[in-house]
Amino acid sequence: MRLHEYQAKEVFSDAGIPTPDSALAESVDEVVEAAEDIGYPVAVKAQVHVGGRGKAGGIKLAENRDEAEEAAESIIGMDLKGYTVEQVLVEGAVDFVNELYVGVTMDRGEGKPVAMVSTKGGVDIEAVAEEDPDAIAREHIDPAFGMHPYQARKAVYDAGVDSDIAMDVASVLTTLYDLWDDKDASDAEINPLMVTSDDEIVAADAVLNIDGDALFRHPDLAEMEEDSYEDDLERKAGEYGFDYVRLDGNVGIIGNGAGLVMTTLDLVDYYGGEPANFLDIGGGAKAERVTNALDMVFSDENVDSVVFNIFGGITRGDEVAKGINEALESLDEIPKPVVVRLAGTNAEEGMEILNTDLVQVEATLEDAVQRAVENAEEEQ
Amino acid sequence: MSILVDDDTRVVVQGITGGEGRFHTEQMMEYGTNVVAGAVPGKGGQEVEDVPVYDTVHEAVAEEDADASVIFVPPAFAGDAIFEALDTDLDLAVAITEGVPTQDMSKVYKRLSETDTRLLGPNCPGIITPGEAKLGILPGNIFEAGNVGLVSRSGTLTYQVVDNLTQRGIGQTTAIGIGGDPIIGTDFIDALSLFEDDPDTDAVVMCGEIGGEDEEEAAAFIAENMDTPVAGFIAGRTAPPGKRMGHAGAIVSGSGTGTAESKINALNDAGVPVGDTPEEVADNIEDFL
Repeated sequence: MRLHEYQAKEVFSDAGIPTPDSALAESVDEVVEAAEDIGYPVAVKAQVHVGGRGKAGGIKLAENRDEAEEAAESIIGMDLKGYTVEQVLVEGAVDFVNELYVGVTMDRGEGKPVAMVSTKGGVDIEAVAEEDPDAIAREHIDPAFGMHPYQARKAVYDAGVDSDIAMDVASVLTTLYDLWDDKDASDAEINPLMVTSDDEIVAADAVLNIDGDALFRHPDLAEMEEDSYEDDLERKAGEYGFDYVRLDGNVGIIGNGAGLVMTTLDLVDYYGGEPANFLDIGGGAKAERVTNALDMVFSDENVDSVVFNIFGGITRGDEVAKGINEALESLDEIPKPVVVRLAGTNAEEGMEILNTDLVQVEATLEDAVQRAVENAEEEQ
Repeated sequence: MSILVDDDTRVVVQGITGGEGRFHTEQMMEYGTNVVAGAVPGKGGQEVEDVPVYDTVHEAVAEEDADASVIFVPPAFAGDAIFEALDTDLDLAVAITEGVPTQDMSKVYKRLSETDTRLLGPNCPGIITPGEAKLGILPGNIFEAGNVGLVSRSGTLTYQVVDNLTQRGIGQTTAIGIGGDPIIGTDFIDALSLFEDDPDTDAVVMCGEIGGEDEEEAAAFIAENMDTPVAGFIAGRTAPPGKRMGHAGAIVSGSGTGTAESKINALNDAGVPVGDTPEEVADNIEDFL
């Protein structure tokens, strides 16, 4: 789960990391009012879940009231990489002499958290990691002990941070790690951490992503989750609780288990079709979930054909068949041809239940996918 | 023959009184697995399917001489359940639970390095030695005893590939689902080296997917250390960059590593043929035998 910048900054600020004065605004008037309160110059920053906001025109500096109005007018309501900007953060601009990067994330290869510091802040840190990996100092943390103060100092000195501010940066890094640990974060980053001419440091941006599997421990953070779906179909998938990704093609794909669903997508492509979506009904799905899945795929007007690929383990074929029947029997007309392939746990029971007047049945994955691709071609 | 589990394996089921625990205990026993105990705090003294339930794993191991555990415990308590299993010197712990917080797994992973126990999972379908024992949720009826080992990050993909093998009469020594989470116990390299050392495994199928770099590392291991031939499959060729496809691991950053292409290339360079379809994987295995 991604937090917005303003939400992440609240969390960082509460933990003691210095952040600029700021206010959230939703209209031009609110932006101007906030800017006057904070004092110019201010930055007006779109609050949407995309990276590279600055380059895309989602961040503007304003030196005075006219520029603040102008910035607000151009950003509020704009389309930023598919998202409409509804909120902006108005923030006191920091007069900086240097920009640093500090971050904490999970190194999945090592199975350990890693803290990172770089003097190359204010730019795309992933590009730095690729082009000049030595410019980022890294320190792996033992999750059982947490970050020792010496590790924070080591990372900061290894990165070549000026000694005048080194201890302050180390303290921010320690706070950031503790917060990452406390909040079950997957990533916590400040880029840039700005250094002023008075050797003050200020978090000018803030990234905080929380492990969705750990949200049950953090009801306060779960409340901050805002819908960030790209379209109505993704919103519907969120409500139904499906892993769903919309794609550009016309063959609708429903299956159980991420690996098998991805394989079904790959086979649709292999046999000359184009997948319309990835939809994983998950493990142990009951009839209602199956009905919802069909409803989802039929709601996508790009879909010309559907393939239902189930290999039961924890999921049972009879439950799936019941769900398919319920979904299709409730319709006056089946909008698009549906191919079903059922294997694994209770597949035989499922095949006996399945209303084969309403669907086409294939015994193998390969045959089912080819049939669905042919159906899609015929429908076009 | 087999790796890790056989008909001598004595199994304790953590979470045996829950819906999933109870159902799959029945299924495992029906398959012939020697389930000797359950462990659920507060449920000591009960029985499930004539299997005695204990309050702690320690008690279950001491009383019933268990040497492996299968964990069907909800995500909030699964990390603790794995710690409990690791504290009892079991040979093997299999964590089926999906959705264990990553930071919990990071701590488990650290502890794991200090014990002799092997962990499978979490978020995995388990392990099966056909005709002998299954620990987990795999559908037993599609497997057949034979001479091919299988290791996979995805449960249902495992079933698919096994089905393609069994349909043409190719049986399996052992099939292992290692799980698709960012931090897991046993990984591809661990499983591949066990199959390499197993005299009865004549070929191995390795099913990977987009995300992470485990397949690339496994490819390097195969090139340097394996005489047993390996056939590969990689799911997610059509996945768009930046989108998460279900498994936590199955996300492509778009920076070049972790893509299906980089994994397939690494495997091909290591002499591992990668099938375009599960049927082609079975073809490739047939060629080896």
